Amino acid sequence: MQHHLSGINDMVVRFANVNGTGSASANTMFAKAIFRMGIPVSAKNIFPSNIQGLPTWYEVRISEKGYLGRREGIDVLVCVNPQSMQQDVASVRPGGYFIYDSTKPLHREFMREDIHFVGIPMMAMCNEHFTDPRHRQLLKNIIYVGGLTALLDIDPAVVKGILEEEFAKKPKLIPPNFQALELGRQHVIEHYPHPLDIRVEARDLVGDSIIIDGNTACGLGAIYGGATVAAWYPITPSTSVVQAFEKYANKLRIDPETGQKRFAVVQSEDELAAIGVVIGAAWNGARAFTATSGPGISLMNEFIGLAYFAEIPVVLIDVQRGGPSTGMPTRTQQSDLLLAAYASHGDTKHVLLFPSNPSECFDLTADALDLAERLQTPVFVMTDLDLGMNDHMTAPFHWDPKRRFDRGKVLTAEQLEAGVTFGRYLDVDGDGIPYRTLPGAHPTKGAYFTRGTSRDEFARYTEDGAAYVRNMDRLLKKWETAKTLMPAPETYQATNQSSHGMLFFGTTAYPAQEALDRMAEQGIAMDAMRVRSFPFTPEVEAFIAAHEKIFVVEQNRDAQFRSLLIQELDLNPKQLVSVLNYDGMPFTADKIQRLIVATLQPQVQPA
Amino acid sequence: MTYIKPKFRHPELPVNAVGYARKDYEGAISTLCGGCGHDSISGAIVQACYEMAIEPHRLAKLSGIGCSSKTPTYFLSNSHGFNSVHGRMPSVTTGAILANRDLIYLGVSGDGDTASIGMGQFVHAIRRNLNMVYIVMNNGCYGLTKGQDSATADLGSISKGGVPNAYMPIDLAGMAIELGASFVARSFSGDKTQLVPLIKAAMSHQGFAFIDVVSPCVTFNNNPGSTKSYDYVREHLEATAAVDYVPEKEEITISYGEGQTADVELHDGSRLALHKIAPNWDPHDRLSAIQRLHVAREKEEVLTGLLYLSKDNETFHQFLHTVDQPLNTLTEEDLIPSQEVLAAINADHR
Ligand SMILES: Cc1ncc(C[n+]2csc(CCOP(=O)(O)OP(=O)(O)O)c2C)c(N)n1
Ligand code: SF4
Ligand SMILES: [Mg+2]
Repeated sequence: MQHHLSGINDMVVRFANVNGTGSASANTMFAKAIFRMGIPVSAKNIFPSNIQGLPTWYEVRISEKGYLGRREGIDVLVCVNPQSMQQDVASVRPGGYFIYDSTKPLHREFMREDIHFVGIPMMAMCNEHFTDPRHRQLLKNIIYVGGLTALLDIDPAVVKGILEEEFAKKPKLIPPNFQALELGRQHVIEHYPHPLDIRVEARDLVGDSIIIDGNTACGLGAIYGGATVAAWYPITPSTSVVQAFEKYANKLRIDPETGQKRFAVVQSEDELAAIGVVIGAAWNGARAFTATSGPGISLMNEFIGLAYFAEIPVVLIDVQRGGPSTGMPTRTQQSDLLLAAYASHGDTKHVLLFPSNPSECFDLTADALDLAERLQTPVFVMTDLDLGMNDHMTAPFHWDPKRRFDRGKVLTAEQLEAGVTFGRYLDVDGDGIPYRTLPGAHPTKGAYFTRGTSRDEFARYTEDGAAYVRNMDRLLKKWETAKTLMPAPETYQATNQSSHGMLFFGTTAYPAQEALDRMAEQGIAMDAMRVRSFPFTPEVEAFIAAHEKIFVVEQNRDAQFRSLLIQELDLNPKQLVSVLNYDGMPFTADKIQRLIVATLQPQVQPA
Repeated sequence: MTYIKPKFRHPELPVNAVGYARKDYEGAISTLCGGCGHDSISGAIVQACYEMAIEPHRLAKLSGIGCSSKTPTYFLSNSHGFNSVHGRMPSVTTGAILANRDLIYLGVSGDGDTASIGMGQFVHAIRRNLNMVYIVMNNGCYGLTKGQDSATADLGSISKGGVPNAYMPIDLAGMAIELGASFVARSFSGDKTQLVPLIKAAMSHQGFAFIDVVSPCVTFNNNPGSTKSYDYVREHLEATAAVDYVPEKEEITISYGEGQTADVELHDGSRLALHKIAPNWDPHDRLSAIQRLHVAREKEEVLTGLLYLSKDNETFHQFLHTVDQPLNTLTEEDLIPSQEVLAAINADHR
């Protein structure tokens, strides 16, 4: 009949499940098998704000070229959710494949002429071969993985290897899982042409990469970065950050002699308390952090301002989602930028770091703990749901064993004893960063009273306007110092090639890089830069100055990143063109390309 | 304006066991209204710390916002202090305690700061049994914002504004007992003989020690008709017992008539000697304490003294099983896992 999709190691496979049915582990196993065959892969969970019973999707992008962002169009769809079946059938590209549970015949209305249907009687097989009802449900998921191994030419030994690791502690479960895998596989072999023209082939393209989610990476970054106090209030999509921290800390931060913990986690009564705990701990010399999402940042605002003015080194991990509180808690966005950059009342601005992958989540969380202490100010690690909750292929974590914590300017008892002049808000070094002392440091020297403002360089109470201005100006000087400590942006060309440039940050990097390549193939030359921090470093300013037009690619409605650029770099708004996505799904390369090409249309001749 | 006191110590000034004079426990000159109850409480804190021979740098003082929360400037200038945000002193103190379990923590708050905006944090600080002293300077109004009724104002009480309060009061001490606070007392800023030993006992206590101190606001709530005025409180004072703080090393030399006196032991070995104990009240019995508070309320008494003291209790660090060493002293060697561990974690994710 119709045409068949074809191609090696280039496809999108989507799984349609019901949440709470154990599909997640089978789907992850599928993605991992591709990864172990040496093929670049990325996976995205698309899930509702619900625990059980609603539709969820899991989308796996397989890309020989190493593109890890979302791509439009679904090539293979595995549907085990009758609820979403109609929509799922409609979502497959012409020539694509629809795999379904054929225990019951497919509704005629759902049939499409231009795609291929692959029925596997998953439920019937489970009922025939397995007795435990809970096992039946879980093994049904393994059956479709078995079917996929035959269709897509995945090495079943790889999947079996993963199953063996998965059930190493419950070896009794290995044989039924193997059996389920074979049932699915054999059914396809007996009834359908296989492997398909669209399939995978083992490669050696993943090097020493790992597959992990950004939240776990942040939690681990906080371990290596030396955080000892974490305070939080659960909120999707940030919840697993502190959970990962705690999980690893319970293994890695236990005193071998006493069994006691070298860390403390407080699940506080709300986000106000969470940031309060972090501030109190940091004031008292412990490295401390919190993880939250936009609604939590909103609640923390008053305290964030206090930390800015009282110059307390706190770290916040903001895993962004769609707003507001009842908005789209399970969808991704980059829409807390302005909220975080200028959080609180009065004149405040804060350091933001933008990791793009889990490996950077690890590095930048540890760096944030150093930067916060060096600068004595709040530092935000701005991730998002896509980065935080999805598994990404990323460089392995690396830690230099010689690296020491940068505890910043803290006067020791010896220094105080030796008689150094201590003014808590005195700029001794000309970089805007004062020295601090910790409570209990010295019997008679170094005590001071911490308050937001209304004090002079020596922390003495004053409501003198001139002292206030001196302090505010010093804080600006500190902001200038911060620019010299920020991670450098990443560029994608040795020298600029074009009068057009593209700026992006965070997870937008995945589809943006792909869009860049696609446009190059189309003959559109474009320079690009990935920004990694706010304040912006001089390189960012130079990049913008070197281009007539800059496309600012970001995932929010109001072009918040563009606003920050205009505001902080005093730019002409006309120079910056917004390329936006804010439907809650990760930006796709297709859409970025489409939006940019549309603005360039008058200049670009159709091919 | 800046107030700096000359730091001059007369060589003949008496010093305490750790070598500090009383002056070393004082702070900047108060800018509160003359006669404000809060200043008397500051004085009691100074006296208690001096007499207990606490090294000032081993104590950290934290507060929220209000006239009451300003007071940490007026005592213990050799201690680190933190004037945080309105109603949030408990969370900041929680963090500070986690960072360094070895210091003494003194939290100061007001009735607005604690019973309204900070109610949530107050409640949860109790649940954590933080090892701290929590003093509320309770004047039934918001002094710093010019006298609005607070949530502890009694029903019908009239402040300077002239309108009788229409709402039921929140009894912070009663609530603290209900929520499981391990040390609960009430006192009056005008009764130093009671307040000083209570503060000392609270500092000796391991766990959450709460003192609700009625502290008249002379400017906005000291008029006839107010139940938080000096006159009203003096007329309605009733104590659970007279209290004496007996440091660890001292022997109790005085004895009292049977049934009239009891000794309660604090965690550091010091004791609180209770004399003239009210009938039907046992300091270790939560029920009798709550009942005694209810009776007092009915009789329109301001019941002061020690209200409740639990005999054994675990504090936050014990709940969390943290190491004995302060977390803020842990180094790279204590905190950073090895290269091999990271390699294994990487391997787990392939
Ligand atoms: C978020 C916030 N809201 C309001 C205020 C204004 N404010 C300052 S002090 C205060 C009330 C203080 O009352 P209380 O705690 O009883 O202290 P008092 O002055 O009576 O000692 C208020 C409402 C503030 N500082 N912060
Ligand atoms: S307004 Fe009231 S509480 Fe504030 S200082 Fe004056 S008397 Fe004290
Ligand atoms: Mg008050």
